[in-house]
Order: sequence, then C-alpha cells, then structure tokens
Amino acid sequence: MPYLSNASTDIREMLKTIGVDSFEDLISNIPQTVRLKGEIPIPQAISELEVRRMMQELAGKNQTGISFLGGGVYDHYIPAVVNELAARPEFYTSYTPYQPEVSQGNLQIMYEFQSMICELTAMDVTNASMYEAGSALAEAVLLALHHTRKRKVLLPATLNPNYRKVVETYLANMEVEIEEIPAQNLTLNLSAIKKQWTDEVAAVVIQHPNYYGFFENMAEISAEKQDKSTLLIQVYDPISLGILQPPAAWGADIAIAEGQSLGNAQNYGGPYLGLFSSSQKLVRKIPGRLSGITHDGNGKRGFVLTLQTREQHIRREKATSNICTNSGLVAARAAFYLATVGKEGIKEIANLCLQKAHYLAAELIQIPGVEMAGPAPFFKEFTIRLPVEARKVISEGLHHKLFAGINLEQSGLKNHLLIAVTEKRSRADLDLFISFMKEVLS
Amino acid sequence: MYQKLIFELSKEGRRGHVLPKIDVPQKSKEQWIPKEFIRTRDADLPQVPENEVVRHYVDLSVLNHHVDKAFYPLGSCTMKYNPKINEQVAADPAFLNLHPRQPESSAQGALQLMYELGEALKAITGFSGITLQPAAGAHGELTGLLLIRKYHDVHHHKKTTILVPDSAHGTNPASAHIAGFQTKSIKSNPEGTVDMDDLKAHLNEDVAGMMLTNPNTLGIFENQIEEIRKLMDSVDALLYMDGANLNALFGLVRPGDMGFDVMHINLHKSFSTPHGGGGPGSGPVAVNDKLKDFLPVPVVDKTDARYYLSYNYPDSIGRVQAFYSNFGILVRAYAYIRMVGREGFRRVAEQAIINANYIKTRLKDHYDLGYTAPSMHEFVLSAEKQKKRGARALDIAKRLLDFGIHPPTIYFPLIVKEALMIEPTESESKEMLDAFCEAMLRIDEEIGKDLEMLHSAPHSTPVGRLDEAAAARNLDINYYKPN
Repeated sequence: MPYLSNASTDIREMLKTIGVDSFEDLISNIPQTVRLKGEIPIPQAISELEVRRMMQELAGKNQTGISFLGGGVYDHYIPAVVNELAARPEFYTSYTPYQPEVSQGNLQIMYEFQSMICELTAMDVTNASMYEAGSALAEAVLLALHHTRKRKVLLPATLNPNYRKVVETYLANMEVEIEEIPAQNLTLNLSAIKKQWTDEVAAVVIQHPNYYGFFENMAEISAEKQDKSTLLIQVYDPISLGILQPPAAWGADIAIAEGQSLGNAQNYGGPYLGLFSSSQKLVRKIPGRLSGITHDGNGKRGFVLTLQTREQHIRREKATSNICTNSGLVAARAAFYLATVGKEGIKEIANLCLQKAHYLAAELIQIPGVEMAGPAPFFKEFTIRLPVEARKVISEGLHHKLFAGINLEQSGLKNHLLIAVTEKRSRADLDLFISFMKEVLS
Repeated sequence: MYQKLIFELSKEGRRGHVLPKIDVPQKSKEQWIPKEFIRTRDADLPQVPENEVVRHYVDLSVLNHHVDKAFYPLGSCTMKYNPKINEQVAADPAFLNLHPRQPESSAQGALQLMYELGEALKAITGFSGITLQPAAGAHGELTGLLLIRKYHDVHHHKKTTILVPDSAHGTNPASAHIAGFQTKSIKSNPEGTVDMDDLKAHLNEDVAGMMLTNPNTLGIFENQIEEIRKLMDSVDALLYMDGANLNALFGLVRPGDMGFDVMHINLHKSFSTPHGGGGPGSGPVAVNDKLKDFLPVPVVDKTDARYYLSYNYPDSIGRVQAFYSNFGILVRAYAYIRMVGREGFRRVAEQAIINANYIKTRLKDHYDLGYTAPSMHEFVLSAEKQKKRGARALDIAKRLLDFGIHPPTIYFPLIVKEALMIEPTESESKEMLDAFCEAMLRIDEEIGKDLEMLHSAPHSTPVGRLDEAAAARNLDINYYKPN
C-alpha cells in the first residue's frame, strides 16, 4: 500500500523508542472479546492502475447527454478558471481555518464569498456555507422558530418536494405545526395565504421562482408580511438574480438557495452548497461559520472566524445548529465563479437562460396537446402539460441522449414535465429537442 | 503578504468571461417578465479580467497551510494524505455530469459505486445497514439520533435523554438537542474513560441512548464498552458511536461487533477524502438490524439485474438532504478503499497508533500527559507546566507555525487544561514526527529564554497573531456593507 511512509525497519526502531516489543503491546487494553477475528470481508487491495480501470468501467455504465433537467440542480457552464483554481492542493487539502495566521487564503475567500452572495441577494449577512439547500432551509426554519418563539410554519405547495421532506424530517420531534399553503395553477393561492398567516406563524417559506418554474406574487406576499413578526424565508435561484429582484427587495428575513449552479458540477446529488443569508438583526443567531476582518499586532488586515460563540464547539447543547464541516471548497468554487463571470456576466447568463427557455416553451406549446401548465411568468424553468404520460417522453428521450425533464407524477401532476434551460443549450440542442418532442407526441 | 480584495481589483468595463451570443429570436426581458419582478439595481459583482482573477486566487492559495505541504497533527481531525488518484477518478465527466433526477437506468455506474461502497463500509464497521445521505459528521450524528428517536417511538418507549461523556465533541450535545433530546454529561474517570459510577447514577428509563467516541477524544480506548452495552440494554437504550476516531480501529475492532447500534463515518477523515478548507465532507451512518427499517430514503439497493433507489421504507425518518449523498466524495472514498484493500486497513490503524505513541514517548518527559492510559491513534498533552512558566497552549501553537507545522487541536477536550491534542495519522514518516518533536522540545526551551518572542508568535506567517476579539466587536463580514 503506497500511503504508509515508514518501512519495517523504521517501525522496529519506533517500537524500540516507545519501549515495547510489538504492536500488540500497544493495544493490550482492548478486550479480546471485542477484537475482530480474521480479516475485514472486503476485496483485496488493487493497484492505482486497476482502480482507474475499475472507475472507468463504472463511469462507462452511466449515460450523459443534452439535459433539460432542473429542479434545483442545473447544467450551467463552469468556466475553466473554476476547475483550475479548485484543483490547487492549497485549497482542497487544507482544513477548517482554526489557525487563521496560516489560513488567510481560505478565510479571505470565505469573506469574498459571503460578500458576493450578500450583493447578489441584497441581504446583509451570508454565512460561509451550509451542506445544500434542503438542510439549509430546515436550519432557517429552526432559526425562525427559535427567534419568534412561535410554533407554526407555513410551507408552500410549490416548494421543491425534496426540501419539504428535509424540513419535515428536521422538525419531526418538535412540537411544531406545519401547514401547507395551497396552490392554484401551480402558483400559491393568495387568499389562502392571507387566511393562514396569523400571529402564531413563526415562518412563511416561499420559493420564487417556485419548484414548477413559475413566479409567485411576491409583491402581495411582501405586503402581507409588513406588520407581522413572522420571518419570511425565500428560496431562490442564484442565477435568476442576474435579472430578478433579489430576496431583500421582497422583505425576506432569510434567503436560502442551492448554490450548485455557481460553478459546481451536478455530481449526482452532491457535494452542493447551501446558501444561507439573513438580515442584520439575525446575525448572532444564524448557523455556520463566518469570516470577518480584523488586524494583527502591526495593524495589518487579516481574516478570522468570528462570532464563534454561536457555534456548537463553544455552546454545545445550547447551540442553535450542530453544523461543523460545511461546503468550504464548493463555496470557494462559487466565489471563483462569481469573480470570473462578474457584474456583466451574471446578467448575460441570466438573460441567455431567459431567452432560450422562452424560445423553447413557445415552440413546445405549438405542438398539439402540449400546453403551459400555469399562466404565471417564468425564468429558466417551466412546467408543461403533455397529451401522454411524462414517463413515456423521458424514456424515449434516453434513446436520443436527451434528458427531457423531470416527471412531476410524484407531485401529483400526471402528464406534467418540468423543463429547465440553461445557457449551455445551443439553438441546435433546442431544435433537436423540439423535433424530438414533435415526433414522440405525433 | 498579498493584501488586495477581489473587490479592490475591480474596474468598470473589465471582464473575466465572455458568453455565447444569443442564438434564438430575442425579446426584451420586459416582454417575458412583468416589470415588478425585474431587478432595479445590478448586483455590483467584481469586474476583473480572467488573468487577474487567477493571480488573485493563486496569491491567496499560497497563504494556506495544507496537508500536501506539511504536517497537520490536528487531533480528532485525521489529516491524512489525500491520494491523487481519488481526485482524478472523481473528475470523470461521466460522474460529474450526472443529474440526480435522471432515470436510474442511466446512472447504473453511480448506483453500483454507491452500493459497493455501502457494502464495504458495512464490512469495515460491522453493521448490517447504511445510509450514505448525510453530508458531514454532525449531519450523520443528527441522522443517527433521529433513528434512535424513531426506534423508541415505534417501540412506544418514552425517552427524553441522551448521555454524552464530558470528553465528547461539541457536535454531540448540539446534535442531540436538535434531534429533540436533553443531554446529560457523564464524567470521565482518572483513567480518561467513562466513569461507570457516574454513568449508573444518570441511567434511568428516560435514557434513549448514549453517544460515545471510541477511542475517545483523549485517544483512549473505552475498554468498559461491554459493560456500557449491558447497562444500556437494562433500560432499552441504544449506543451511538461518533466515528471521528475510526482510523484507530481499522482491522482491529469493528464498532458493530463491540456493541454499538449506530455510528457515523467521516469519509473526509478516515477514508482520505480532502477537507477542502472545511468541507465538503460525507458522513454515512451505519446501523444494525434494530435501526435498518428507519433509514432515510432513498436507500441504494439492487436486484440481480440492476441497481436502484429504494423508497420502500414505510418507517423511514424521511430525508436529511435533498438528494442521495455527497456523491463526489463517495467516489474518492471508494477509490481509497479499493487501494487499501482487505489487508491494508489493519496496517493503517497500526501505523497511526505507532506514530502517536512514538511522539508521546518523545514528549512525555517535557509536557504533562493529561492521562497516562495507553494511547491509540492520538493523545492529549497538557501545557500546564509550560503555562506556569509563562507560555500557554495558545502560545505554543502559534510558535509551532514558525516551524512550518500546523499546531495540534488546542483547548480540547475540555477536561484537560491547556490541552494539546495530537493526531499524526499513518501518513507521516518517522523523520516528520522527529521534526515535530524537536520543534516542541525547542519551544519548551524557549520559554526560559525569550518569553516575549513566544507571546508574540508567530513571526514568519503571512500575518501576525490576529485580534479575534476585535473581529467580533467591529463586525465586518460583508464588503458591501461593513458596519
């Protein structure tokens, strides 16, 4: 095995220094009754060359193609800069910056990341990352319960169903009532929200653009929030903020997103990046790490982890979150991404998504039997109703190396397909998809 | 030292990336989107040319200590070498470009990898069920505790309390709290293991379970584990293992065999995947038959013909994250497991234990040992003696930086005063360990000679000792809105 540095002569010498005859003498206090008898039943070691071959074989059993899949995870372009920088061992083989004097690179990147997400969302504060959107949303709801001391949470019917399940799992053992805000035509029913939004509500969660791609009536929701102590939590799409009003404009107290789109691969579900931002008043209650500016004895600027008294290693059972390891390198990639695409790039990417998605939607609804599933505006993702089962279109698409979209049958919507379009889809990709759909639906 | 912020490099009109032209018929965005939704003020992100972006972040990168550069003996963090083959196989586009919602038939390789990794982790830890879903160790703890909660709910046990030793990681009580339990702290005895009298005093029918790190954070094997197991059984409580120190047990003891019901595994510690400056990690949770039915969905399973995601767990606790796992980390861990193989794991543990004991032997006459019991893969020194002479653990840690060595974990575990918690891992050569010992001995000598120099250390790092209190007092965590 290549990962051990000492030869048997070194080991003999070290055992001699320690003052024992054999390794066994070092572990004599482990009772024989709990020892492993025999070997671990896993395959024998193979060489690097064989591992590479095995992995290539596994990778070869996967299929990739032209993708219209979304639902929180998107096939956006990753500039070359991002992969090159993230591959530096100075970044990926470092640990949590507990010794700031030798972690200024990571701490400054965390600070830049926090700042850029704040600027994108117009929120005051962003932490150094959560695992991914679902658990980040659950933590946001926990914060709201803690902050308001109320026991009711409103979750929208238009929330990503996987996020909803994570929130439910986190809240399962608390005396908290979760109520669903119903939807009509795949957007939230405003009169229902008004009725449900009483003084007992700790948090109202709104996903905008919602899971089906459509816009919620944010102006009215925002107005409804005005005189209430409830925390408004908005789930957003970071790329959409190149065009759309940011969460702060709608009065969100907490803004949550899946940050995968910002320079990270889809990677079959992770690692991803939970973006967690809040208003200033919550800064001492938010979970996760924060990098802040300070100085050394000579007055030189430097960065440290700050407000650590919020965190589990200090507060233990009184901590409001148990998060420790986060998504450091994924957040660094998001920082590299945002710094590279910059102020103009994020707007252009958003506009490319918008134009291409609308071109595709307009063409698809020309096909007999296909219609938009809701009347609301959308950004890069939309839901259509099909004259056949979505499953049929999806499995037929696979034969053409097309990933047609997400089947919404699990959300109770028969014959509905959720389609996402990123800047990576060329006109040729879109036209190929359109002719495929014409053919499969004819 | 490099001092600029990316924002300070920004200049109107510069750009780092060019996008394709729009190749579909275009309309103004107002025609697609009602005006009220359109952003009224641009996000003022940096405007920096690509070349400058690269230089900026390369300049920042070299300010980091990292395991590819030098020793990183952080106790309980297992900073072992991160093999390069792991990175290369995980960068295969046929892994990277998989969408989690694509049909299972088109992700058979990924599912097979997850299944085989799960089988290997079960074999290594001695359990019969596993979820790969948790994204990190603390996330795994929460998952494990939710499983314990569900077990008691299903069996109609009324349980409120989780016992946690006073030497435990801070995440343990925090996770228990989030899972809806109270915690009670159990004292350690003079040998550094669980004080059985204190445990018995806290044991009653309210106890849902106990979280134990074995070997514990002092690096000492909890050799009363069988008795603890019996005590838990006497009140229908379950036993959770914090797997942070699994590296010490490979091939010697399996947690499932010594009586644990559930554990989390830190792939980013024991299985060589990189820490990425604080993440991402991966925290699979392995369980025995008592808890299998409650695992988060989906669970990766297989038939003769195919691998699939099974949702057929009616008593599942639900989901702890939106998708299936930190898959990219799993690929790396699986590469490592196949490289180390059946015979290799025991050698990993042996070398990790020998390395720790070697350092301990060389330092124990100069620094106090918090506890004298035999050490496994890590041990804890106390700088009490040095403190009396004027140098605290913090000063020693900061001075170590001048030797190009990352200091040990300090001031943890809480039960050792002026703690220095040292975990060398199996990766390090005798020469590296000797260099560390010599630095520690030299610092001890410096206390008598130049205390001022120690108090103001480090002296050769990119910045000097930083004022952490000032950072909290004058909070500046957002460039665009400093206080």
